Amino acid sequence: MEIVNFAHGEFLMLAMYVAFFAWLLARLDPVVSFPLAALVLAGLGWATYHGIIRWVLGGPMLAQIFATFGLAVFLRSAAQFLWGVDFRVVSAPLLGGRASLGGVFVGLPQLTASVAALGAFVALHLFLARSETGLALQATAQDRQAAALMGIDTERMFALGWAIGAGCVGVAGALLTMFFYVFPDVGAAFALLAYVTVALGGFGNVPATLLAGVIVGLVEALAGLLIAPALKYAVVFLLYLGVVLWRPQGLFGRF
Amino acid sequence: MMLEARGLDVLLGDYQVLWGARLSVAAGEIVALLGPNGSGKSTLMNTISGLLRPQAGQILFQGRPIAGLPAHRIVGEGLSHVLERRRLFPFLSVRQNVLLGAYSPAARATRDDQLDWVSDLFPVIRQRADQLAHTLSGGEQQMVAIARGLMARPRLLMVDEPFLGLAPRVVDQLTEVIRAINRGGVTVLLIEQNVERALALAHRGYVLESGRTVLEGRSEDLLRSAEVRRVFLGG
Ligand SMILES: Nc1ncnc2c1ncn2[C@@H]1O[C@H](COP(=O)(O)OP(=O)(O)OP(=O)(O)O)[C@@H](O)[C@H]1O
Ligand SMILES: [Mg+2]
Repeated sequence: MEIVNFAHGEFLMLAMYVAFFAWLLARLDPVVSFPLAALVLAGLGWATYHGIIRWVLGGPMLAQIFATFGLAVFLRSAAQFLWGVDFRVVSAPLLGGRASLGGVFVGLPQLTASVAALGAFVALHLFLARSETGLALQATAQDRQAAALMGIDTERMFALGWAIGAGCVGVAGALLTMFFYVFPDVGAAFALLAYVTVALGGFGNVPATLLAGVIVGLVEALAGLLIAPALKYAVVFLLYLGVVLWRPQGLFGRF
Repeated sequence: MMLEARGLDVLLGDYQVLWGARLSVAAGEIVALLGPNGSGKSTLMNTISGLLRPQAGQILFQGRPIAGLPAHRIVGEGLSHVLERRRLFPFLSVRQNVLLGAYSPAARATRDDQLDWVSDLFPVIRQRADQLAHTLSGGEQQMVAIARGLMARPRLLMVDEPFLGLAPRVVDQLTEVIRAINRGGVTVLLIEQNVERALALAHRGYVLESGRTVLEGRSEDLLRSAEVRRVFLGG
């Protein structure tokens, strides 16, 4: 809320390490350990809000940007220092192989991850739209002062927002280890795609982000197939540039 | 006194806006807070409701000191504040906006009764229940904003410029509703630019000039005062 987390990719990387170590040390498969990753990351999000974000929120724009940017650099370096730069893999995951969906073959891990991501989306949307706390969270994001005057503890809502955001990254990162290797810089590429997706849909709008995610995925796949695999991200970013030039607030954005 | 504020110094950044401002409101009154643009009226109200912290001074609400308490705690004491320019949650529905007014635990228990009451005061709440707040007209938004403030079951309702930008017919309508709310037992403190209009509605008034309380009195006395004319007409 009100601030973009430039350490999003590093949060993803940490979630992946949580899942990796859960597998390495306790033989827990990512499909089992993802709630643990979500919890650890939610804690990290909460701590990040209280330790860093709330101190820079009212401050100058540059301080806001560099605070999370600095956190990103720190987390990446810490990961390199602690766990090295090797690529790590969760081998022989529980769910391997491929499933056939009406003649189309899809990797089972990828399918599981998509279903889980959709589930997380639906849960988040229902929470925000239906629950008392979800409404308070939306109110805080839309007008912090007015929300405080309703009796909402807006500090708590901000911390909760950071915990939920990071918790979702926890789910994503853990499931990603089923088909992607883990290394300290792994977050960078995914984070860029995530910003593009969120900005494409419009900040602060969960269903729009879901739709933008589908669009980005389709464009990426089609561009890879029809033009050249090496150019698929270039096409995605071109699309993004086109959209923000035409509608700076994103396709369905409000702000 | 229901509300008593004394000696308030308030800084916005490095700039001191209030210089020992004071004001008090007795139970059952309608009090107008007057003053030229930039004299600090909104700043004073924001300080009372806890959005700003005073550098110095005291605020007592029903005998309890509230200066320095966070805003979300002050609502629970029975003090509601309707901000300047309505400030509804633009992308929530009218109904959601109004219900959030009863978010604090003290008000939540009787939320449905409150909702019936404010919906009778402002029929627009039923008519536009599912519409997003930012799609309402200015007058409708002001009604929803006041309704939202009333949902907290306040003893004191503070409204910052409720008539700003509204058509005369809507102003008359709102004036009547504010009277009705007051007759129903809610004390009212309101900010209004138009001196005559404000004092026609209020029992008493305060005049703020450059962050200082320079005048106070009963409405009929203030209306006749040469000093009021000097402050507002610069004469
Ligand atoms: N965030 C801010 N930072 C610095 N100065 C501010 C800020 N907000 C308001 N001011 C200044 O503080 C003074 C008082 O502002 P305030 O909004 O309280 O006045 P007001 O009496 O409500 O005016 P109006 O009738 O225009 O609403 C003004 O001179 C204004 O320029
Ligand atoms: Mg004002």
